[in-house]
Amino acid sequence: MKHLTEEQLIAYREGEPTQREAIAEHLTGCTACRTELDRIEAVLNALDNFPVPERGPEYGRQVWQKIAPQLPEKAGRGWGAWFEPRRWVAIGAMAAIVLAAFVAGRWTKKPDGGAPAASAVQVRQRVLVLAVGEHLGKSEMVLMELANAAPPSSGPKEINISAEQKRAEDLLDANRLYRETAKQDGDAALASVLDDLERVLLDVAHSPDELTPAKLESLQKRIEAHGILFKVRVVGKELQEKQNTTNSAPAATGSDLRERNKA
Amino acid sequence: MIRMSESDGSMQDREAVQNAARESDALAVERTLAGDRDAFRVLVEKHSQQLFRLAYRMTGNEHDAEEVVQEAFLRAYKNLGQFGSRANFGTWAYRIAANYAIDRMRQKRSEDARRSTPSSLAEESEQDPLDLMPDERPTPDRLATNRELRKKMEEALKSLSYSERTAFVMRHWEGCAIEEIAAVLKSTTSAAKNTVFRSVQKLRRALEPYVGARGTLQAKAAGAAPEPRGTEL
Repeated sequence: MKHLTEEQLIAYREGEPTQREAIAEHLTGCTACRTELDRIEAVLNALDNFPVPERGPEYGRQVWQKIAPQLPEKAGRGWGAWFEPRRWVAIGAMAAIVLAAFVAGRWTKKPDGGAPAASAVQVRQRVLVLAVGEHLGKSEMVLMELANAAPPSSGPKEINISAEQKRAEDLLDANRLYRETAKQDGDAALASVLDDLERVLLDVAHSPDELTPAKLESLQKRIEAHGILFKVRVVGKELQEKQNTTNSAPAATGSDLRERNKA
Repeated sequence: MIRMSESDGSMQDREAVQNAARESDALAVERTLAGDRDAFRVLVEKHSQQLFRLAYRMTGNEHDAEEVVQEAFLRAYKNLGQFGSRANFGTWAYRIAANYAIDRMRQKRSEDARRSTPSSLAEESEQDPLDLMPDERPTPDRLATNRELRKKMEEALKSLSYSERTAFVMRHWEGCAIEEIAAVLKSTTSAAKNTVFRSVQKLRRALEPYVGARGTLQAKAAGAAPEPRGTEL
């Protein structure tokens, strides 16, 4: 009989779900492995008795008395808040829009100083198409993972969605920015989908980290009720088509420019 | 990645309590951000004990642990705007404390190395934590064995790297999820799992000769050679 490795036994003791049933079955029939697991448990049990000095009920008050004189007048929103990753997503998106609008403006402007080939609104729309397409792709991935999440068939389980929550939070600021830009550009359809998406992302971000199967199902139903995955896919596809169309336009302008330069 | 974990029968009660605590914390955070310093006092008084336990287990001495607790709350206050009300304040403060404890251990080790005096000398004067344990039969033999085992545990814990000690403390004593450990260690979940595994493996090698079945103390002479035990299966 092939015995379990120490790594497998420690992983089993840690509650690692991989091959759990197979390991449990092996342990019931193998005295050597069972003894080995008992030895590991004995060490961990001994460490459980490693005591922590007691702190009385007054400890919290004592900590407060020590730190209170050092606290600034107001809790920090300060500069630190500007370094939050989710803010950087929004700042990055804004910088990308400004830079792309500048580059596109330069590129599409006629050299003789005449009227620009593309209006400011068209440039903004082109940039929006590019950035929102990517944003929708990322959002779709988060929502797909949640929509397809399912607890294992046996026993009551909790599902941890903290990773998805973090990504939803990161997407929220960028989503607000794109929604506002779409509104300003008069793209009501896109603004409406981004509005719906924002509600779903907020819902995900504000859910508890650990969900019971019932709560997961309820969240999945809310996502389904908005029909957001379908909308995101449709708009994403439309944006992709728009992008393909607009990609050919600057090329023609570039070739015109080259012809004019030759002349 | 979606993580599954087993839950027990009282899960719903626990969840209700956790939700209520989270809501009250969120309210206190909101009030603090609005300029009410006393609201932060509520958070400090509520979470100090938990942070002290973590800090003591990570640093191994009371003085450092108290410093970690105070610094963690100061940092939390200064950066409260970054926290908002998105998550559990306790978990967030806990993470700050764990990160600061790692910095503190690193700093202390380099200070000790500079002074070239074993750090254990300073700690010898501290109260022996095992003496605080309720002991039904405080015979001299038992006290000696307790002290010896405690010493071995301290040595074993000190032999771990910062990340191994952090991973072990968070996993075994604080019951943290692998994802939380990975966040503190700034690593992937699989790297965090490996770190937990390595820490258990090292502690086992160091302590098994001194531990009897089911974790009871094994009255073995301090200098006695460990029983040979094949790790090969």
